[in-house]
This record gives sequence, C-alpha cells and structure tokens, in this order.
Amino acid sequence: MIEAKALTKRYGTKVAVDQLSFEVRPGVVTGFLGPNGSGKSTTMRMIMGLDAPNAGDVTVNGRHYHDLPWPLHEVGALLEAKAIHPGRSARAHLRMLAETNGISLSRIDEVLDAVGLSSVAAQRAGKYSLGMGQRLGIAAALLGDPEVLLFDEPVNGLDPDGIRWVRNLLKGLAREGRTVFVSSHLMSEMALTADDVIIIGKGRLITQIPTDQLIAQSSQRFVRVRSPELTKLRAALDREGATTVLADDGSLSVRGADEIEIGELAGRIPVVLHELSPQSASLEEAFMELTETSIEYHGATATVGSSKGAKS
Amino acid sequence: MSVSAINASGRAGKVIPAGSYRMSGLLRSEWTKMRTVRSTMWTLGVTIVLAIGISAIACIETRIHWTRGNAVGFDATSTSLIGVFIAQFTIGILGVLIMSAEYGTGTIRATLSAAPRRPRVLAAKTLVLGLVTLIVSEAVAFIAYFLGQALLSAPAIHTTIGSPGALRAVVGCGLYVCLLGLFALGLATMIRHTAGAISAFIGVLLVLPIVIQALPSSIANKVQPFLPTHIGQSVLSLQRQPHTFAPWPSLLLLAGYAAASLVIGGILLVRRDA
Repeated sequence: MIEAKALTKRYGTKVAVDQLSFEVRPGVVTGFLGPNGSGKSTTMRMIMGLDAPNAGDVTVNGRHYHDLPWPLHEVGALLEAKAIHPGRSARAHLRMLAETNGISLSRIDEVLDAVGLSSVAAQRAGKYSLGMGQRLGIAAALLGDPEVLLFDEPVNGLDPDGIRWVRNLLKGLAREGRTVFVSSHLMSEMALTADDVIIIGKGRLITQIPTDQLIAQSSQRFVRVRSPELTKLRAALDREGATTVLADDGSLSVRGADEIEIGELAGRIPVVLHELSPQSASLEEAFMELTETSIEYHGATATVGSSKGAKS
Repeated sequence: MSVSAINASGRAGKVIPAGSYRMSGLLRSEWTKMRTVRSTMWTLGVTIVLAIGISAIACIETRIHWTRGNAVGFDATSTSLIGVFIAQFTIGILGVLIMSAEYGTGTIRATLSAAPRRPRVLAAKTLVLGLVTLIVSEAVAFIAYFLGQALLSAPAIHTTIGSPGALRAVVGCGLYVCLLGLFALGLATMIRHTAGAISAFIGVLLVLPIVIQALPSSIANKVQPFLPTHIGQSVLSLQRQPHTFAPWPSLLLLAGYAAASLVIGGILLVRRDA
C-alpha cells in the first residue's frame, strides 16, 4: 500500500508535483500515467525517500521510506535503467545491495535466473544493452522479495518479447497480492497491464479510475460531419440534444447522435452533407484529451481534438 | 520464466528479519562496491608502484651523485618517503571516486534505497575507505622507507627505524595519505562530480600553497602551517621545517580537516535530493 497526501515538490519556482494525493492498493497493477515531464519520476523518487517533498506526505505500508527497518524486504524499485556502475558486474551490483539488507547470496542467482541474466551475470554492466540494464534493474527490485514494487517506465528499451515478459511479470506479482505501481507515458501499454490508473498532468492528479472504466469512457464514438451549411445543421443537432464541437479544420464532431440519425435529420432540414463519417477515439487520444490542458510543452501547431501537435 | 520462480518464499512465508539493517551489512556492501570496480585496483596499484618506485629512484639518484657536501642537512628518511607526493593524489582520487562514481552512474539511488539513513552510508564508506587506505599507505611507507634506506648505502648516510623521529615519520606518512583520502571523500560528498571534486582536491594541494605564497610574507608565514602540504612536510621531516606546526599537532589538524569535510558532506547528503 502506497499513500500520497497532498504531495508537493518544487524545483526553484517550477512546480513538479502539485498537491498530489492517491492510493496504490495491493493485489492489482496500478498504472501511473502522464506525459513526459508530468512529475511521475519525481513522485516515485519521493516515495523512495530520495527526494524530499516541499509539502505533503507519502508513506509505504504506513511508514516513511526512511523509517523502514529493512527497506529492500519491503519495497523494490526500478527507477532508471542502467543506474549501475559500468565497471561492475550484475552479480556484484546485486551483491552489494543484498549485503546491506541481509539478503542471502543464493537469492542473487534466483533473481538473475528469473530475469534471464544468469549467463551474463559476471560481465561488466557497461557492455549491457538498455534492455539488459532494465532486466538488471528489475532483478534488483525483486531481490528482497518485497511486498511493494515500483517500476518507472519498465518497458523502455525492451523488445516485444521483453515487453510481454514485463507485462506478465507485473500481473503475476499483483496476483500474488503485492502492490505494483508502474509508470508509463503510453496509455496503450497501461491498458494492457494495469487494473487501475492514476493519471497526472503537470504534477496534478487528473483522475484515478479502473482501467476498464477509462476505456469504456474513452472509446465513445463520435461522427464527423462536413457541410457547406454547417451552422444550420448544428443548430438542429443542438435542438435534438446532441453535443457538437467545431473542429479547427471546419468539420463538426457530433456526440449523442449516430450517423443514421444525423443523415435523416439533414434530409429533413434539408442540408447538403459533404462528409458523414463515424469515428472512434483511440485510447491514446482519450489520454491526450485528458492531459491536453496539462501538457508541459505544446507543439507550435497543436490542434483541438488531435494529438498531433502534442509532445508524445 | 514463471512468476513463481521469482517469489522465493511465497507471500505467506515472507518473513522480515527482526531489528533493522545494520552497520555490518553496510560495511560489507561498501567493501564489495570498492573491490568490484577497476578504478580501485588502478588507484591502489598506481599508489603502490609509483610511490615506492619514485622513492627508490630518489634514493638511487642520491646515492649515485653522493658527495661529502650532501651530508649537511640531508634527511635520509624524508628522501625515502618522497613518493608520498604521488600517493596523496592517487589516494585522493580513490577517495573522490568512492562517492562521485555513485552519482556519476546513478548507483547512489540504489544505495540510498537499500539504506535510506544517509549518515550511516557515509560512515560505512568512511570506515572502509579509511581502513583500506590506511593499510595500503602504511605498507607503502614502510616498504619505501626500508627499501630507500637499503639503497642509500655508504658512503651515503641513512637512518634506521630506531633513529630518533624515523618511525614517527614513516607512520605519520601513512596517516597523512589516509587522512587526505578521507578529506577527498568529504569533498566528493559535497561536490558530487568526479571532475569537480578532483579539481577541488588538487586545488587545495597544489594551487592553494601558491596563492598563499603570493601574499605578503608576514601573512603567508602565519597561514602556511595550516596548509595540508606544510602538514606533510612537518610529518615527513626529522628536523622541524620553517612555517610548520610540530608533526603530531599537524596530523591532528589534518584529521580535523578530514572530519570537517565529512561532516559538511554528510549534512549536505542528508539535506539534498539524491
């Protein structure tokens, strides 16, 4: 269980994390979603006691990280890939961690085996690929067989096989009753892995909801309509109770009425139609829409209703 | 790869040990860190080879060109310990790397996740570095001394370890190098960058004396005894050098510098984000 209460972190005048409150429950995979620079890593570092919050509080299993008697037995974290001395082998890296927390050295071979690094464990880490670095980071997180696990962008640098492996690993860890908190800037990845998602933008909580609910909400269909007499059509649609949004490209996005209803309505008015096409927003677009107003660095040509201009 | 392979004990069987993580574990961990990177072996290897080698060369050189006139004011002990000039830098670099490499590579985050009480981590580093450098630098000092005295054969004059002040100079030489290593560790804890910390360390040893020298001598002479380089001169020499404190007070002062840099480093380590 991880609990954050009004967690706030400022770097100079820049607010990285702003009054962030959330709960991460055991037994499920909780996704931590937000665009790059939205404060995910900062939040994770505060959970781990590496960065001190300016205000608010965060606890793991009811305690501040600093006060955990055997930190690695309770919390495991992958914070950054390849955060390891390039001259040190994977085994030596895990060994120095194991020794601090009284973890048996035989456990090192277990986790090396589990992440598939046994054959290269004696090699210097400087020679590892990014993916191998990620696997070593995951091995380090699993070392103390902890109850709570944090993973910051764990699939970065992994090949499709590795990505699938991480997904199954996370789900398996959650099934065992552990608290699994995993950050990503990819909604699509979280849709496949997370049971719950916490979405943040500009350091603020946007929403914390079950993933399937988010998917149901965001897969809402809409109909794109083009017409030389759009104003007339729009007024009629508004009267019928549909929601209409005028896009920058001159088309109208209609929700609350399907293409058949709109077509029949246009015939009754009558209004000429140039386009009448059903659309479905992708999960990624729904995520973009949610975080749109809170994205740190907008592209110069950002357009409403499209993710093209936003920093991806 | 099955998930059950990852979960060694099973959720129900998970037992967290009693008490909390201990200093003995941190010491073992720091020792593992130190011996599993090449930079440690390099700096220690270079310290041993160069410090003894340069001392030996100085003694051979002295012996070859020996004239009767050399005997006046000749200090056979400090001549055989001249390699300390190299050792102070190589051990200083080792002291810096012990901490700065953790920041440079990101290992510090793993270290502090495993042991979030930061003063304990710095204490463990200090003890391990102090012990390793003390053993190495004392060994180097004794070897350089005995080798040097053997090379300074007649007609050159040499001392024995029983000569007044000789043992003090040799033991003090090892302590001097060890304390500089700890001072460097403190600097690196403050500065957190390898290049910056090494520059600061070299600045204190090489640049600061030149700056002080440029001051009016009435001021310079008062400040010089406080310089690490003058502390070194005081410790190595059998005769009292100008503008220095006596050997043991000098070493005590250096220990004070090392302690101060470690305490300031420790305070910053606790206060700053990792």
